[in-house]
Amino acid sequence: MDARDALMVGTNSDGKPVARPLSPHLQVYRPQITSAMSIFHRITGVALGFGTLLMVWWLMAAAGSAEAFARVQWFLGSWLGVLMLVGWTAALFYHFCNGIRHLWWDAGRGLSIPEVEASGKLALAASAVLTVLAVVVAVIA
Amino acid sequence: MAGGVGRASLRSGLGRVRGLGSARDGVSHWWMQRLAAVALVPLSVWFVFSVATLRGASQAEVQAWIASPFVTVLLLLVVVATFIHLAMGLQTVIEDYIRDGVVKLASLLAAKWACTLLGLASVLAILRIAI
Repeated sequence: MDARDALMVGTNSDGKPVARPLSPHLQVYRPQITSAMSIFHRITGVALGFGTLLMVWWLMAAAGSAEAFARVQWFLGSWLGVLMLVGWTAALFYHFCNGIRHLWWDAGRGLSIPEVEASGKLALAASAVLTVLAVVVAVIA
Repeated sequence: MAGGVGRASLRSGLGRVRGLGSARDGVSHWWMQRLAAVALVPLSVWFVFSVATLRGASQAEVQAWIASPFVTVLLLLVVVATFIHLAMGLQTVIEDYIRDGVVKLASLLAAKWACTLLGLASVLAILRIAI
């Protein structure tokens, strides 16, 4: 038990112990673009971290034997590999666009609610466009 | 007033000027995370679209691409900025969500070690091809 649990324990008017609620948390809020995009930024960030394994594998195989390179090429060309690459690209461009949004906020700009919602929609649209563009480039290459 | 501030404060004038706070590193973690992020803005776009055009390339073609001096330098920057940014981002997430001290410390070490290992492996692979 830590301090936050201790704060939740109280007694009712009969003296019986009860678990009191903390201040309103995620479960009582209607989903909003602001909170959803915030947590999705972290999720994509962590996912991209695991995705770097693909990049490292590819780089090490390129520096290694012909068999090693053939293996990584085979995997990246399989349906699972393609799915991971497209997912990685989408996650990267989402994190990229929303990251620029964060940098803009860090500069103290665009912090009003209408601006935050507009920039969120813009970041979503831009990341979709960039992802499609990268897939198109890969397909015609 | 102590330290010349217009309000009462227990912090010494020197401590305030140093601006390092109780964690002793001030805003350096925050700032480094942003420096890496800004570097990754052009680098990540270049990386994704370059690798996209390499689809189906032979090992010799990939090696020739990595070995061209401009690409070597940019790839090294991609790798270094990525793993610095990743290590700091993972640290923030772990510190935010893991309460238990032992699990938190173990997770932080695992994240740092993994980022260092993967970053060094990438740098080695690039240099091995390029040099």
